[in-house]
Amino acid sequence: MTHFPVEKIRLDFPILEEKIRNKPLVYLDNAASCQKPNAVIDTISHVYRHDYANVHRGVHTLSVRSTDKFENAREKIRAFINADSTKEIIFTKGATESINLVAQTYGKANLKPGDEILITAMEHHSNIVPWQMLCEQTGALLKVAPINQQGELIFTEFEKLLGDKTRLVAVVHMSNALGTINPVKKIIDLAHNRYIPVLLDGAQAIPHMAVDVQALDCDFYVFSGHKLYGPSGVGVLYGKRALLEAMPPYQGGGDMIRKVTFEETEYNSLPYKFEAGTPSIADVIGLGAAIDYLNDIGMDTIAAYEAELLAYATEKARQIKGLRIIGEAAEKGAILSFVLDGIHPHDIGTMLDSLGIAIRAGHHCAMPVMDFYEVPATARASFAMYNTEQEIDVLMNGIESLIEVFG
Amino acid sequence: MFDDLRDLYQEVIFDHNRNPRNFRVMDNADRKVEGFNPLCGDRLTLYLKMSGDVIEDASFQGSGCAISTASVSLMTEIIKGKTEAEAEALFKTFHEMTTGKDENIQLEAVGKLAVLAGVREYPARVKCATLAWHTLDAALKNEQKSISTE
Repeated sequence: MTHFPVEKIRLDFPILEEKIRNKPLVYLDNAASCQKPNAVIDTISHVYRHDYANVHRGVHTLSVRSTDKFENAREKIRAFINADSTKEIIFTKGATESINLVAQTYGKANLKPGDEILITAMEHHSNIVPWQMLCEQTGALLKVAPINQQGELIFTEFEKLLGDKTRLVAVVHMSNALGTINPVKKIIDLAHNRYIPVLLDGAQAIPHMAVDVQALDCDFYVFSGHKLYGPSGVGVLYGKRALLEAMPPYQGGGDMIRKVTFEETEYNSLPYKFEAGTPSIADVIGLGAAIDYLNDIGMDTIAAYEAELLAYATEKARQIKGLRIIGEAAEKGAILSFVLDGIHPHDIGTMLDSLGIAIRAGHHCAMPVMDFYEVPATARASFAMYNTEQEIDVLMNGIESLIEVFG
Repeated sequence: MFDDLRDLYQEVIFDHNRNPRNFRVMDNADRKVEGFNPLCGDRLTLYLKMSGDVIEDASFQGSGCAISTASVSLMTEIIKGKTEAEAEALFKTFHEMTTGKDENIQLEAVGKLAVLAGVREYPARVKCATLAWHTLDAALKNEQKSISTE
């Protein structure tokens, strides 16, 4: 294994010291939400202790401090995903709100009855339901590109479904239920040949790899703070400036306003046009701290280490009789979704919990994916940079023991 | 290795999970209700054959975790021969046993079902144990719509 300072990194995450049922915590539910480093916790604490006030509206010192830190976080995010301008970085509550924002503004303004939105069969509910709602509102139709048994997008089918009526493509960058990393560059190039904009749901991808929105040339990119070692309740919508400029506002009130009379309202410029109400100020600043922390380690370094963890876990899992891995795409992130013969994932989850191991058991908000594999649910171990091979050994020993108990 | 879980996963539960009782479709059922837990995907169909207000026969089909399978399997055994009122009373006692705060619950009143008492210490799993009973409750009230724990 290449040198990765995992023991040093683990010291940055105080929760990893926790004992669960008198056993050391083995936290393998990172795809649902990941744990927070001291850098983030301390930053949020510091903001509330020393800097906190509302942003963009006070002339007093604290408001200026908060505003500076808040806007500084925006710049950190811009640089992190290599957006062209901070005007393209909209703060939202999370990836889900970002998708809903695009659906309800860009979508509502641009879709007519009979128009089509193309997604894939591996989307989770947040990248299905907002489009279904939009279809109901506009008369547009939702088209779904199929996947194969490995959990990969069938690209030729995707290509066929991309037609004259397609007005928008919305695709997950990395699947939360399967780990599949989609060929997003190919998807974007194909869509752009037909002048169709592409939204990438990057909630799962961005903690695991370097993302460059200009290199990808995606039109929208969405992600959440809580999966990126940052706070929950904040997220980002990246959009190309020209698209955002042309879009109507989403919600009314607060920073999205420049001038109001009872006759009309003049909207603020980007990015504030889409940031109604007081944002989660300390959490946005905390997300900036998470990005500094990740930059110090390096996303490529993290990706390389996690690839080794996944390879190790996959090899171990394949040796367990009665275990079936769900999702074996060639391009895959650090997620091991599996089922065991005759043992329901919820029983797996409870039994592993008694050993201090936190995994996800359920449909992962991707019920159509479960239907495709004809399973009610899966057990899912998802890895982060603070996980170790030893923890994977604990998981695998736990699985073997529970198979014995159920036998 | 799973010592902490002995209260939750008693041997009776493993037994009923491996060999669920009354696991069959009932063609001449008077009542047929579906239960579904969208959180975990547990799904069951409960069949009742009534004779007046007495449950003459009970059976089920479906798939779920060990707790939910054992719960419905035990339930179909215990409600056979009971009147609707007796079954309703049992539902209430079972519900109290799995969700209530009262430590002095009369475990004798629920017979074999007492093996599921441990679930009260596992809030995330209570719905697994009670799905069958909510489905029964609907069947006794002769509700036709499917029952969800959410």
